[in-house]
Amino acid sequence: MSPVPVEHVLVLAGVLFALGVAGLLARRNVIFMLMSIEIMLNAAGLCFVAAGSRWRQVDGQVMFLLILTMAAAEVAVGLALVLHLHRRFEVLDADAASEMKG
Amino acid sequence: MTLAFYLSAVVAVIATALTITRLHAIHALLYLTVSLLAVSLVFYTLGATFMAALEVIIYAGAIMVLFVFVVMMLNLGSRAIEQERRILKPGTWLGPGILSLLLMVEFGWLLAEAPVRGTAVAHFEPKEVGIALYGPYLIAVELASILLLGALVAAYHLGSREPGRRET
Repeated sequence: MSPVPVEHVLVLAGVLFALGVAGLLARRNVIFMLMSIEIMLNAAGLCFVAAGSRWRQVDGQVMFLLILTMAAAEVAVGLALVLHLHRRFEVLDADAASEMKG
Repeated sequence: MTLAFYLSAVVAVIATALTITRLHAIHALLYLTVSLLAVSLVFYTLGATFMAALEVIIYAGAIMVLFVFVVMMLNLGSRAIEQERRILKPGTWLGPGILSLLLMVEFGWLLAEAPVRGTAVAHFEPKEVGIALYGPYLIAVELASILLLGALVAAYHLGSREPGRRET
């Protein structure tokens, strides 16, 4: 067992996740919303690594690697969407896209 | 090791709280990078050294650089010069600078006492992670590669400048 209690790591991950949720809810800028999503994914990965360290299994780190891959893919598509939004509406406000029609 | 964990946890929480409250995107990105570096130190104290390195390389390196590129691309024009002038003021980078300096001092201190570290922490070599990755998790690796390929195609399609084709 690691010298750091796993509960404290989970508290840290929970605080980071809560901050990410707060940022996602408070900000309307698309760039800030993407950053908040990154914070939340990072907190989830921290949970996986803490669990892998607690039970001495390597699976937690493998899961973090997959989360890392998913975050990279998500941020690529998200930033391409941000560019598209900026090109079409000239602002980065998420509410500007609420008038889209399919 | 325990003190290092709590110190980097405090730095991570402070930097994240500053990230979501900044008005300027570049300031927020600086604080977010500091937060990711702090989480990387947390990984190091938990014994996941390979994951700490990957966090620095992929998160703080690649993804943050992508963010900075897009933010810089979007701010082209007359606002850019005035913005650069504001960025160069010490007040804008002093906060992230002090926090990352704290992390760097802590990192040096950890490296200095590294041989003393006992077997209390579950320590995994990159080799074990690789064996697990290409053994029981092989299908997950294939799925991740397909996901990355899909993201590549989607980002290229969304980012291409030519009008017409599929735009409605």
